[in-house]
Amino acid sequence: MDLSGEYRIPASRERVWEFLNDPDILKQCIPGCEAIAKDGDDKFSATVVLRIGPMKVRFTGNVSLTDKVYPESYRISGEGSGGIAGHAKGGANVRLTQDGSETILNYSVDTHIGGKIAQLGSRLISSTSKKLADQFFGKFTEVASQSVSA
Amino acid sequence: MGIEGIGARVARKEDKRFITGKGRYTDDMSVPGMKHAHFVRSPHPHATITGIDKSAAENMPGVIAVLDGEQMATDGIGNLICGWMIHSKDGSPMKMGAWRPLAQKTVRYVGDGVVVVIAETKSQARDAAEKVVVSYEELPSVVEAVDAIEPGAPQLHPEAENNLIYDWEIGDSSAADKAIAEAAHVTEIEITNNRLSPNPMEPRAALGHYDGGEDHYTLWTTSQNPHVARLVLSAFYNVAPENKLRVIAPDVGGGFGSKIYIYPEEIVCLWASKRAGVPVKWVSDRTEAFMTDAHGRDHVSKVKMAFDANNRITGLKVDTIANLGAYMSLFSSSVPTYLYATLLSGQYAIPAIHCNVRTVYTNTVPVDAYRGAGRPEATYLLERTGETAARELGVSPAELRRANFVRSFPYQTPVIMCYDAGDYETSLNAAMKAADWDGIGARKAEAASRGKKRGIGMSCYIEACGIAPSAAVGSLGAGVGLWESAEVRVNAVGTIEILTGSHSHGQGHETTFAQLVAERFGVPIDSVSIVHGDTDKVQMGMGTYGSRSGAVGMSAIVKALDKVEAKAKKIAAHLMEADEGDIVIENGALKVAGTDKNVPWFQMALAAYTAHNLPSGMEPGLKEGAFYDPTNFTFPAGCYICEVEVDPDTGKTEVIQFVAADDFGNIINPMIVEGQVHGGIAQGIGQALLEGVRYDADGQLLTASYMDYCMPRADDLPSFNVSTSNTPCPGNPLGIKGCGEAGAIGSPPALINAITDAIGNNNLSMPATPEKVWAAANA
Repeated sequence: MDLSGEYRIPASRERVWEFLNDPDILKQCIPGCEAIAKDGDDKFSATVVLRIGPMKVRFTGNVSLTDKVYPESYRISGEGSGGIAGHAKGGANVRLTQDGSETILNYSVDTHIGGKIAQLGSRLISSTSKKLADQFFGKFTEVASQSVSA
Repeated sequence: MGIEGIGARVARKEDKRFITGKGRYTDDMSVPGMKHAHFVRSPHPHATITGIDKSAAENMPGVIAVLDGEQMATDGIGNLICGWMIHSKDGSPMKMGAWRPLAQKTVRYVGDGVVVVIAETKSQARDAAEKVVVSYEELPSVVEAVDAIEPGAPQLHPEAENNLIYDWEIGDSSAADKAIAEAAHVTEIEITNNRLSPNPMEPRAALGHYDGGEDHYTLWTTSQNPHVARLVLSAFYNVAPENKLRVIAPDVGGGFGSKIYIYPEEIVCLWASKRAGVPVKWVSDRTEAFMTDAHGRDHVSKVKMAFDANNRITGLKVDTIANLGAYMSLFSSSVPTYLYATLLSGQYAIPAIHCNVRTVYTNTVPVDAYRGAGRPEATYLLERTGETAARELGVSPAELRRANFVRSFPYQTPVIMCYDAGDYETSLNAAMKAADWDGIGARKAEAASRGKKRGIGMSCYIEACGIAPSAAVGSLGAGVGLWESAEVRVNAVGTIEILTGSHSHGQGHETTFAQLVAERFGVPIDSVSIVHGDTDKVQMGMGTYGSRSGAVGMSAIVKALDKVEAKAKKIAAHLMEADEGDIVIENGALKVAGTDKNVPWFQMALAAYTAHNLPSGMEPGLKEGAFYDPTNFTFPAGCYICEVEVDPDTGKTEVIQFVAADDFGNIINPMIVEGQVHGGIAQGIGQALLEGVRYDADGQLLTASYMDYCMPRADDLPSFNVSTSNTPCPGNPLGIKGCGEAGAIGSPPALINAITDAIGNNNLSMPATPEKVWAAANA
């Protein structure tokens, strides 16, 4: 399952890059994120609660930032286990382009799910992923905009 | 026939308890101290197990034991096996990879069992199972059979290079090639037979009970063949020797093949009942059933059919790849070989046939027999190819079939089977008349005036039932004989118990088998009880599948009844001081023919047991047993016609009418036969229109609930128009052929032929969902 989108953020590319690497900002933006802790350079552990169709699943797993090209692009990826509900992994390739005083953020997301989530919720993964991506990047745009105006 | 004898439309005796909720299924069984099992299953299609941490689970409330595959291995429990040996054409034996009841080291499909948790309650077992931490290292996986044999595909079993289990052939390759080379016309087509989930109404269940005092095991299980289960559990899995193991299959709510096999869960429940010291029950939930019940079909075939200038079929060449899933299930190897390719002559005289079959491992649920088992695959392939040929040749599909029918019997096909009797033209004519085949033009025009596309399609099927002559199947690789046993016990009051190795899980044996006795002795069917499904009561039997219970199971009863009748006549003759040759049995009495002298049946029975006045030297009592080994398969055949209307805007197909004209030989109970045909057609329409197991590219099962796996419902089906003709089977004493699978075998090609006729595009695969039909109609 792949999907992509684009957001415009009223901030410089370097500021947006900083936010994208800030665990506190990521925690605010990741939908259902209960906790996030930095385990090392570009490595975090996280607990995220997600609703997928009839299931409410608490995932515990790792988030990592890879393929970093300052201040242009990186990949944020996560892998989590939801216990008996199954497992999920996925990531987003994020690309930043300066456009005057603003930054255009392009992303493309891929998700892989397994176990009960796949058996019962596969029909809903596409719409759920789209919704989650919108929530994440929408919130991120909002937070980044506020930080700039503040 | 009497009012309850052979041919009578008797209401089913067993239905009273089923429709009033009084059935007794495995989940209804309870023994003191019984605990509950829940399985921890692999969420990955292919992975290495790097660790199992059971400590948290073991400390959960109510937990009695948390057991894994290493412990099973330590206790010497054997691998699951496939009981039918197939040799590749190079002479090498099939490559059977190890299947552990609980996975060790490697998991190979989503649903592979890894750990079992046993707890006081079902909920506690499930909660504790969530706390078992299994660490996996994921491996690449493969789902489609055609991908699995490509170079570089992920490898499932070290025993099977390139995932190839066997590369088998039947028939004469060069003769088929020659026919194709010399043909006036060759029809080429690629045929896919979709993967199905069997979905019996009652999910699988097992209750294992180890009695330490007697060192004896009892297993209640949802089995179509409890004796075979006991044999395999004893001989291969080292659970217990046969005399220390009782297997009971009580009321079973449908099987469709999926309950023939021995599954890991039964073995685990038995083993765990000793290991944990408590009786252990497991009941599958529906999603577990989708993940673990053996699937059916999943073939991809390339077909070439050759015709001469007179439209006679001169040759057939088939290349099939069959997906057997992650492990070889109990009879999986026989389904795409001897139950499939031996039927590729269909109803037609085809001088040259060759079929090559490659079976492969994939990271999917094991695949085995499902209602029809191989014969639906053969019928679908032939009847789609024949229909396609008729369209290419510009001739009537009915006349093309008629011109190629086998017309004299016995007929030896080039692919082992020898058809004993049949009259295919009678079925074809009956179906065409019932469907008003000739009036389709007007109906198409009328539908077109409403913006709908109407189409009609037919299918002429043949199948092989009554499996099977033991020596013949033994020579083909079967690990068992396929005879059946029966015992007839006449009680001192004249009531009768029939003990049979045929298991009933919806077939209505308690009625039909009793009708057979009523016919012979003139006793009411209420005085006849059918005992089955318990290895402590019935000595041995081979169970119910392949439409064999009538042709084989009842034939064994006939043999035992013959012996009872002979002794009863001797007793009656002695009592009446008549010659035993003059005794006839009528209306529940033994009479001296041509006189009014008679002894009622019960009085004769009482005399057998009081033994006060028996012929000199005769043993007391009246109880006889028999084993019956069939001399040939039986060959039910028929013609099915389906008429559909497609909405070109939505692609939705409506089945307007469905006609079935079957030849089942003699019939014991027409109502039960009609029920079997109705159910079979419903399943066939399900396969053709609605059902399909789907995996995603990562090997995850996507169809694991009724939200995603579409079963046929009443409003998907028309009122069926069924009729029968009769060429009695010469191979068994009752002249019956079997009817359990015909509906599921004959119906899918008729439906797809009808839809492709309606939309004018022959390129359509099952299931013909609205999306696919719309795309094909608008291509």
